[in-house]
Amino acid sequence: MSDDSALHLAVNGMSYSVTAEPETPLLYVLRNDLKLKGARFGCGLGLCGACMVVIDGKAVPSCDISVAAAVGKQITTIEGLGSGEKLHRLQSAFIAEQAAQCGYCVSGVIMSAYALLERNPSPRDDEILVALDGNLCRCGTHARILRAVKRAAAELPQ
Amino acid sequence: MIASRKLPRSLETNPLLGHWLRVNREGTVTVYTGKVEIGQGILTAVVQVAADELDVAIERIRLEPADTRYSPNEGLTSGSRSVEEGVMTVAYAAAEAREILLERGARALGVSLEQLTVSDGVITARSGGSISYWDLADDNLLKRNASGQVPLKPESERRYVGVSLPRRDILRKITGAPAYVQDLDFPGMVYGRVVRPPTYSARLTALHDGEVRALPGVIAVVRDGSFVGVVAEREEQAIRAARRLARLAQWHDVPSLPADMTPAAYLQAQPARSEVISEKSIAAAVPRTELAATYTRPFIAHASMAPSCAVAHLHDGKYQVWSHTQGIYLLRHELARALGVEESTVTVVHAEGAGCFGHNGADDAALDAALLARAVPEKPVHVQWMREDEFAWEPYGPAMVVHTRAALDESGNIVDWHFDVWSYPHVARPGDRDGVNLVAAWHLEQPFAPATPSDPPLPPGGSHRNAIPLYDFPNQRVTNHLVRKSPLRVSALRALGAHANVFAIESFMDELATAAGADPVEFRLRHLRDERARAVIEQVAQACGWEADKRSDGTRGRGIGFARYKNVGCYVAVVVEVEMETVVRVTRAWAAVDVGLAVNPDGVINQIEGGIIQSASMTTREQVAFDRERVTTRNWDDYPILKFSEAPTVQVVLLNRPDQPPVGVGEGATGPTAAAIANAVYAALGARVRDMPLTRERVIAALT
Repeated sequence: MSDDSALHLAVNGMSYSVTAEPETPLLYVLRNDLKLKGARFGCGLGLCGACMVVIDGKAVPSCDISVAAAVGKQITTIEGLGSGEKLHRLQSAFIAEQAAQCGYCVSGVIMSAYALLERNPSPRDDEILVALDGNLCRCGTHARILRAVKRAAAELPQ
Repeated sequence: MIASRKLPRSLETNPLLGHWLRVNREGTVTVYTGKVEIGQGILTAVVQVAADELDVAIERIRLEPADTRYSPNEGLTSGSRSVEEGVMTVAYAAAEAREILLERGARALGVSLEQLTVSDGVITARSGGSISYWDLADDNLLKRNASGQVPLKPESERRYVGVSLPRRDILRKITGAPAYVQDLDFPGMVYGRVVRPPTYSARLTALHDGEVRALPGVIAVVRDGSFVGVVAEREEQAIRAARRLARLAQWHDVPSLPADMTPAAYLQAQPARSEVISEKSIAAAVPRTELAATYTRPFIAHASMAPSCAVAHLHDGKYQVWSHTQGIYLLRHELARALGVEESTVTVVHAEGAGCFGHNGADDAALDAALLARAVPEKPVHVQWMREDEFAWEPYGPAMVVHTRAALDESGNIVDWHFDVWSYPHVARPGDRDGVNLVAAWHLEQPFAPATPSDPPLPPGGSHRNAIPLYDFPNQRVTNHLVRKSPLRVSALRALGAHANVFAIESFMDELATAAGADPVEFRLRHLRDERARAVIEQVAQACGWEADKRSDGTRGRGIGFARYKNVGCYVAVVVEVEMETVVRVTRAWAAVDVGLAVNPDGVINQIEGGIIQSASMTTREQVAFDRERVTTRNWDDYPILKFSEAPTVQVVLLNRPDQPPVGVGEGATGPTAAAIANAVYAALGARVRDMPLTRERVIAALT
C-alpha cells in the first residue's frame, strides 16, 4: 500500500497510530484496527446511527467519515464512556430502564444522547427526540430508550 | 411450577438430561439450550427457571452458546415457542437433576429424602449433616433420560420465576463490548464481500476481474457460476473490490416481476389451492344487513438493524461457521448440501445477531462465508452483507389479500361470517424438504433450486395463522387460498399471516359495530365467550379510559384491536390513539396481555412495547417496492421506519396468571396493533383504510 502512511488518532483520550488508506471509513479502523467493536455497521450511508461516535463534541456516523478527516480531533466511542466497573450515568440509566432488546442500535443511541447531554445538560423532551432522530431502532425499544435518556438527564450534576 | 407431567416437546426428543445441564464441581451449573437469543430475552428466562428448579443462586448458572457439537437439537427459535419449548424444557430437566442430586445426597448422608432441604446447592439433613451439589457431581450424574415423574415447583417456592430480573446481556451491549457475530475477531481473520446479481433472474455472462485481483489487499476473487465474491486483508479493501467487481460483471437478464405492485393484482391473478379451514353452521339466522370488504398487505421487510453476517473457517478440511441463524442444525444440513460435503464435517456455532423478527439473511450469509472460506483454506473469513444486499435479498413477509363478508341480524349481532385469505406460503427456511434455501446455492455453476415454500398446518398455521376468529359466530366459513409461487422471495416474518388476518378481522369487526350502531368494545364482548379474551379487552379499555360514543375532534381518534395469537397463545388487546399529521401518527398505545405465567414480567412488557411500535411502523409506513426487473428498496431512505420522534408511548397491563402455563409473547401485538390503528383512523376522520400501509394518500382517498 504505497499511498499509506501512519495516521494518528485520538480516541477515548488515547493516541493511536494506524496504517490505512486515508479514505477508509473511520468505522472500520475503530472496529478492526483498534478493536473497539461498540460502533457497529448498519447501513454505510449515515442513515441509521448504529455506528455513531462523538467527534469534537458532535455525534457523527463513523461509517460516513474518513479516517483522514478524523485525524487531529477528539474521538469518543461508547467504550470511552464507561466500563463494567464505572458506568456513565447514561449507561446506568439504560440498565435501570432495561432499555434494550437486541441492543444493536443501543451504543449508537447512547453516543447521540451523550453528545446532547454534554452540550445541553437539561434537554426538553423534544430536544431529546431531535437528537435521537439520526438513530433507528427496529425492535421498538424507543419508549424505554427515551425514559432512559430522561433519567440520565435528571441525574446530571448541576 | 405446573403440575402437568407431560414433558415439553424438546425434552421428549432429547431426553438425556446431560444434554441440557451439567453440574460442575467448581460450584456452577452449565445450561445447554438449543434456543437462541434474538433480542427477545429468552436466555434470561432460561437462567431464571434453571436456578429456581435446581435451588441454586442465579449467579451460578452458565450458558453455553448453541453449537452443533453439543447442543440439544431444538429445531428453530421461532413462532414465539421458545418459552413453551426451550424454557420449560430446561425447567423440567433442572427439576429432575435436583431430584437426582437429592437421591445422591440422601445416600451420602445416610438419611431419607424427606429429611433433606436444599439452599443454593447445599443439601442439609435435619439431623445436621450437609453436602453440596458440587461435591456430589461427577460425569455420570446426568447420564439419564428424563423420567417425566418430577413435578415443577409450586408458585410459592419460586424465587426467580415471575420476577423482572435484568437482562443478562445488557451490560455488554451498553458498554460496547463484543456482543454479536459481527464483532467476532480471530487472529489471521480476513474479510469477504459478495457481489449479488442485479436481479433474481440475472445470470453472469462475463467477469473480467484482472484489475480487481491487482487491488491492494485482495487475496482471492471467487467465481462459481453466477456466485461472485472477494476476500481481502482488510474490510474496506473487500468492499472496494466488491464494488469494482459489480461494475465489471456482465449479466443476462429478462424482466420477471409483476407490472403492478398492488397485492390483489398479482396475488389473485394466479391459481390458488383453496381449502376450507373452518366451517360452522349452528343456527338458522335471519340476516338483515350484509357487509363486505377487502383488506391487503404488501411485502414487508424484516429490516434488521444489522445486515446479516457470518464467519467461516475451513480448517483441516472441516468447516466451522459462526452464524446468527435461528436453527443451527437446519443450517448445518443445508450448508453441507450446498458445499457438497458430509454433514459431519460442518460445525455451526450460534453467535448473536441483531433482532431478526423471523427469517432474514442470516443463513444465507453463512453459506457466503463458507464459500469464500473454501477459497482461502485455514483463514477465518468474516462476511457482513451491505445494507443494500439485505434489503434486496432477504426473504420478505408475503403480500396478502383478505376478503370478508358478514351479516348482522336485526339486533345487530353477527349471524354469518365469511373470510377468504389469499397468500403466498410464509415459510421457506433452510432444511425444508426439497431444494436448498440459501441464496448463494441458487447461483452456483451447479445450482440448487430453492425449496418450495410451505405453510405450517393449523395451529399455528402460516398464511392462515389467526384466520379463524376467536369470536363465537353461529355460522362461519373460513377459506385459505394458497398461491404457491411468489414473485419475490418470501419467508417467515414476525406473526406470519396473523398480521394481515387480525388486521382484517378486527377492522371488519369495527365496520360491523358501526353498522350495528354499537360501541367497538361492547360489540366485541358480546360476541366473545372466552373469559381470558374478555378480560384483556376489558382491561385495556379500563387502562386507556375508553369512552363509548366518544366523538372525534376531527384529527384524533382511538381504536381497538384484539387477538389470541395463533388462537392458542397469548391474549393481547391493544388500543391506540392516532393523530393525522402529514402521516398517520400513532401517539399513544395501551395494551392488556395474558401470557399465563410470566417468567420475566418486564421481559413480557418489553416484547409487547416493541411489538406495538414495530407494528405501527409496518402498518403505517412500510412496503417493499419493485419494478419489472428488481426490488427497488435498497436502503433506509427507500424504506423509512418509525423514528424516535414518531414512536408512541406505550402502557402495558400484564394480567397475572401464574396458574396457567407460560406462552410466548413476541408476536402477539403485531396484528392487534395494525387493526387498532386502522380503527383509530376511522374514529378520527371517518376514513376506512383497508390497504396497508395506511399512508396519507390512502387516508385522503378514503375520505372522498
